[in-house]
Formats: sequence, C-alpha cells, structure tokens
Amino acid sequence: MHPAYSVIVFSTLSGAGYGLLALAALAGAAHGPASSFAFGALVLGVGLGLVTIGLLSSMLHLGHPERAWRAMSQWRSSWLSREGVMALATYVPAVVFGWLWLDPASSPMAIRIVGLLLALMCALTVVCTAMIYCSLATIRQWRQPLVLPVYLVMAVATGAALLLAIATPFGRGAAVLAIIAVVALLGAMVLKLCYWHAIDRAPRELTLAMATGLPEPVRQWELAHTARNFVMQEMGYHVGRRHARRLRRKVVALLAVAAILALPALSLGAGILAAIAAVLSAASALAGALIERWLFFAEAEHVSSLYYGTPRA
Amino acid sequence: MTSLPDTTAPGQVKLGLVIDLDTCVGCQACAVACKEWNTQGYPAPLTDEDPYGADPIGVWLNRVHGYESGEGQAARTVHFPRSCLHCENAACVTVCPTGASYKRRSDGIVLVDPDTCIGCKLCSWACPYGAREYDYRAGVMKKCTLCVDRIYNDHLEAEDRQPACVRACPTGARHFGDLGDRDSAVSRLVSERAGDDLLPELGYRPVNKYLPPRTTSAGPPPEPPRALPPIGQGDGSLVESFFAWVDRALGA
Repeated sequence: MHPAYSVIVFSTLSGAGYGLLALAALAGAAHGPASSFAFGALVLGVGLGLVTIGLLSSMLHLGHPERAWRAMSQWRSSWLSREGVMALATYVPAVVFGWLWLDPASSPMAIRIVGLLLALMCALTVVCTAMIYCSLATIRQWRQPLVLPVYLVMAVATGAALLLAIATPFGRGAAVLAIIAVVALLGAMVLKLCYWHAIDRAPRELTLAMATGLPEPVRQWELAHTARNFVMQEMGYHVGRRHARRLRRKVVALLAVAAILALPALSLGAGILAAIAAVLSAASALAGALIERWLFFAEAEHVSSLYYGTPRA
Repeated sequence: MTSLPDTTAPGQVKLGLVIDLDTCVGCQACAVACKEWNTQGYPAPLTDEDPYGADPIGVWLNRVHGYESGEGQAARTVHFPRSCLHCENAACVTVCPTGASYKRRSDGIVLVDPDTCIGCKLCSWACPYGAREYDYRAGVMKKCTLCVDRIYNDHLEAEDRQPACVRACPTGARHFGDLGDRDSAVSRLVSERAGDDLLPELGYRPVNKYLPPRTTSAGPPPEPPRALPPIGQGDGSLVESFFAWVDRALGA
C-alpha cells in the first residue's frame, strides 16, 4: 500500500498524544491534582496538541477536507467514522480533566472519575484507529491479530516516553513512570518482532487463478493499460518491501535505545543527565514509531495487485 | 447510510453483468464505450491528467486484462474485463465514513455520491477487485454505475437501455440483467455455463458472474508443417525442369 504521509503522521502523533493523555489521566486518578500548574499544563498542552495536529494532518490526504464533518455520520458500520466520533468526543473528558487536574482544590474523587473516563476513551480511540486497518479482508498484513495490540502498546510506549521527558526536567521523574516507559517500549519492540515474524510466515493463499476463476497456472500476458493508474499506484507500492529488513532493524534499535535512555530516570532520580536522557528517549521512541508506521503501510500487500501480475497474495 | 440493505428477500432485484471469457476478444470496445458514456454521465468527469504527455494517468471504470491460463494443449489466452461486481456483501460500502458509498435497495447497484464523498480512499482499500479508481483532480472516488443513467432512461430506445459496455461489445461477450431472478436470461446463462464468482473465499458475494472459457476438444497435437522441397526437385515433370533451368540461367 502506498504510505499516505498524513495518515502516518496522524496515527503516530495522535497515538502518542492519546498515550500521554491516558497516562496523565491515570496519574491524576491515582494521585489527585497535578503537582504544579506548569507541569500539568505542559502535559495537557503537549497531549492535546499532538492529538490535534494529528487530526488536522489526517485531513490533508482527503480529496475534500471541507466535507470532513460528514465522516461523523456512519459510526454504525464504519471504523473510520467511529474513530472520528471518538476522537472528537475525547476532547470533552480531556478538557474537564484538565480543568480539575490543574486546580489544586479539586476533589480527588472527581479527578479519579473523569481521569478513568478519559483514559478509557483514549484507549477506545486508538482501538478504532487499529480496527480501520485490521478489519480489511483485502490486506493480509493488516488482517492480523497482533495489529490491535501493537497500536495500543505503541501508543502507551510513545506516550510514556513523552510523559517521562516532561516530568523528569520538572523533577517529577517517578520510578513507576520510568518502569512503565521501559516496559512499554520493550513490549512494543517484542510485539512488533512477533508481528513481523507472523506476516513473514503466513502463507499467501490467494492466487491469480482464484482472482480470475481460470484454470491454473495463470500468468499475466498483457497489461490492461499502457500507463499507470490509481490501483497500481495506491495498492502496488513496492519501495518499502525492498528496504523492509533494514528499516525493521532501525525500528528495533530506536525502541531499544529509547528504553535504555529511560533508565537513568529510574536510578538517577531527577538530575540534569536523567532529564536529557529522557528527552532523547522520547525523540528516539517517536522516530521509531514513525518508521514502524511507514513500514506498516509499505509492507502491506493488497489482493487487487493479483490482477496486475502478482502471482500470490 | 452505509449499512447494507437486506438482499435476502425473495424477488430482490440484483442487477449485474455476466461476462463470457470464452468469447471476449479483448478489443477494448467496452472500456472505451464506458469511458465515453461515463465521462459525461453520472460520475462525470472521468479525469485524464497529462493525456497526451509522457506520463498520462486517468480514471477508467472498466479495464481489460490479458492472461494466459492452463498448460500444454489446454493452454489459452484469455481476455479478462474487470469492473465493479456490485457485491452483495460490499465492504466498500460499510467502511465509508460519510455514507457517500451506498448500495441501492431497489436494484443492488453500488454507487458513490460525488457530492458527499470526502475522498478518503478507504473504499478502494476495502475492494479486493481493484474496481474503484480515485479521481485525483475531482477529489472523489469513481466507480462503475452499471450505467444507472442509461438503463432507466426513457429518452433512449429500448435496446439502448443497457450499460454502454454491453451495448458496445461486438462479440456479445457481455450480458446485462437481473441475477436475483432465477429465470432471467442472465441467470440461465450462468447455470448453463457454470458461471462463477471471483475470489469467493473472501465472502464479498459478487453479483457479476464470469463464464469460464469452454474446454477445447483434446485431439492429437497438429503435425509440424513440412519443409517445402527446393526448386527443381519437385515432381520431376518437364515443366518443372524447364523452370529450374530458367532459374539457374538467370541466377548465374
């Protein structure tokens, strides 16, 4: 599949944003109001900012962005519509949670209720994003049981790395947060390795003979057209597959480096070195997530490429 | 509404095409007639970009592929027209976030409303048959309409009230009709010729059917052509000897 850059930026940034908001919401649910206004405001600002930039970016690949509001209407059948509805709806608990969390006088119980609701809605929005892809029967690499957990764990991992990068310079680097970040980053790495193993081993069961109903063996003898067309361009993207091995190693390396850089926050507390390491860890995690998402598209093979000469799909 | 209509009711009309892979000669007349009608019809325009340049790209709703199938004596070339199959279980409809992509309850035709499509392309990802083509210039998805603006058009003569591709086919390889009616001409054709679905494994339940090429009679392979005898060594007649002498005389 042709990687749509706006969609890659969207799912990476909004994933990190929802991860960050969900972890902040859980921290609020556990500990009550934010320890300082500046810290809380920065966390919420970065979280909501990433989500908003992501949502705006996702509109860039539309043919008619001015009609995007229509995408809220078909939540009964469409995961894309559900994602849009959830993404907008999540702003409500996010703003209410921010209001309560930044006010030291708020009741911890109110923060707990809204925080848990916000964390749940963040998770559901990421689930909707993943379901857009894994509900498609046409792409073997997407219709895969690991796609949903990978999206969720990647969101938590990038969100935790971001929260650590914000908290450590503020001297709020809690050991629990560092542990969550390290575990989520390593978890994302392991899940992704399992996913690649699974898509490499899964058999290509569909053939050109099935796609045409003709007796085996079937091979392309003449193209339907002399110029390129939308189907070849959108479904028949081959660039990523050539570089897949190298890019996979980069993703693993970046996630591992992110996990290692999160460790100083665990042992050194909130020193300047730990703060620098935590910021670099978040950068490394986001870079890894971007490459991972690009590969997710570039490695995906669409059934319709059978008609253009792919022997099996 | 992108929820699919219930098509299990008895008497449900399912308009579609039956394509005979035995008689299609790959002349591309159906593809051209489709482009000509539809670039000014319901899904208009079917934009062509850089049409006379080095790298043209354009929207066509019907593509005719060429495949080789079988081995040895049974091998043959097959021309394979490919367009929307108007599936009963059309995922291109259910994934649409706006309701622009829909399947009509009355006749089962799958259409895109060009006024509400946001151009997200998700429907084309959901289609295993590559039947939808995005119009980069118009910013909306285009697809076969089964010539919805011809088949019900009272301004046309009765024989013209069928899809442009069917009307244009010079070999009668394309048939249009109600596949929900078991006694219709197209349904009888499908049962007589064992017409089948493309990629039934995926469960999209296409309405359009393809008739497989007829099996050829498997006789002994034809003998290779014999080499012609060289001039002058034919039947040894007087006339032949004379011309052989002329040939030698002129060649010398």
